[in-house]
Amino acid sequence: MTTIAGERIPRHGIRILTIWLVLTAIAVPLIVLVLGPHLPPPRMSAESGDQRNANILMTALMVPIALFVVVFFVYSFVFFRQSGEAILDGPPIKGNAGAQLLWIVLTSAIVIALAAWGSYTLIASSHGAGGGQGPDPIAKPAGYQHALPVQVIGQQWEWTFRYPTYGGIETRDLAIPDHMLVAFHVTSIDVTHSFWAYELGVKADAVPGVDNIAYVNPRHTGLFQIRCAELCGLWHGHMSKKGRVLAFPAFQAWIAAAQKKNATIVKYLPKYNRVYFPAPLRRAG
Amino acid sequence: MSRSARALAVGAGVAFGVALIVYYIVSYLMVTPPGVAATGSKPRVHLTLQTVASFGNPPHRDWVSYLARDPNGKWVHSTILRVPAYSTVSVTIYQFDTATGLRNPFWGQPRGTTGGTINVDGKTLNVLDPDLASHTFAIPDLGVSVPLKGVADDAKNQCSVAPCTLAEAHTTVTFSFETGKPGKFRWQCFVPCAAGFPLGFGGPMQSVGWMDGYLMVQ
Repeated sequence: MTTIAGERIPRHGIRILTIWLVLTAIAVPLIVLVLGPHLPPPRMSAESGDQRNANILMTALMVPIALFVVVFFVYSFVFFRQSGEAILDGPPIKGNAGAQLLWIVLTSAIVIALAAWGSYTLIASSHGAGGGQGPDPIAKPAGYQHALPVQVIGQQWEWTFRYPTYGGIETRDLAIPDHMLVAFHVTSIDVTHSFWAYELGVKADAVPGVDNIAYVNPRHTGLFQIRCAELCGLWHGHMSKKGRVLAFPAFQAWIAAAQKKNATIVKYLPKYNRVYFPAPLRRAG
Repeated sequence: MSRSARALAVGAGVAFGVALIVYYIVSYLMVTPPGVAATGSKPRVHLTLQTVASFGNPPHRDWVSYLARDPNGKWVHSTILRVPAYSTVSVTIYQFDTATGLRNPFWGQPRGTTGGTINVDGKTLNVLDPDLASHTFAIPDLGVSVPLKGVADDAKNQCSVAPCTLAEAHTTVTFSFETGKPGKFRWQCFVPCAAGFPLGFGGPMQSVGWMDGYLMVQ
């Protein structure tokens, strides 16, 4: 309590800070431990795990800031509310060098720390974080030379998949082995689509004439959703299906069955290439 | 402005807005193609379709299109097809368009049909040379994909106005597939066959009633 002109004034700053500290101490652990495991995406791959970690960290950092604004607002609403006739303006505020310095240092530190952590995750930890890196990725994971290549071909309005190391077969279904680095080579043979494998944390634009590479390390078996994330025409909303992460023996059995199922068309397929410029286009205007 | 004049102006504005919404809804319903039911009854029904290079009638004379034959034998310009659930649907498609080839040769293999085959002009095939195809009939969510052989470029008596007759140059493709539980499934052509549009992907390729439609499994 301070005294100004004989009037006892409560220490509002201390009060606000105390309330904020208490609420933050309660909310942040709740965010990390209770809400965190339910934030998207699921941890089906190393990349999606890192994406969820990023979401948890961002939410945990955002909450104290949001709480400070809310606490200040509610406190002001309750204690600084003026009833009755309007009072005169108070003396002009001339600034507080300490508060300004603290504000600049604190916000800069948060932004720089997030940028450093994000860059580390993007480049060194999860190698592109599941995003398409174009034809020459800069964040290549260890052992990328031995990654299983799977070509994803977008077309109006369906995804097909080619396995160049398994005779270049093309399938309507996508399956990949568990605990094996996979390199998705995403392209399109018509308009721009976007390959989004939600649970895997993979999202890469499918652009005609571009081999857009995204790496992923599946961490457990199961189904994942595939969607198109780029408005691509009439049936864009229907361009979805389920993919599968299989244990390696099951994947081997699946690929053998797929080879058999699609055998008759193989001889008509173009030789495997990073991109395709299909002909004929006799009807094109 | 007086109070009553303001109320009148607001009322007129609201009425105009409502009229626009009603007009939009009615217009949308008016352009939705009618549904065409399969002939026969469960457990085996029949659909008869035709593909034409140019519809030849308003509103888009030069658009490529599918047509369906209703149970009375009349050709209807529609791609809304009604079939019963848990039944076998045998399909006959009279294909009057010339071959343009498949943009993705992968669709040259019939999929989702009984026996994995189709019959083209009396010949059973488990793959069609992609260069000979004109269109496809595909219901992706049912796993059905059928390439349709095109008419030779130099064929005589080619059809230019729908509905085409069997006296005009055509190929006949037959196949069957199974339906499961009721649902609404989109179907489409996988060939970018819209002449006059960039890369062949506009107009009829993006319009229900032309090269896209719904299979209503009921």
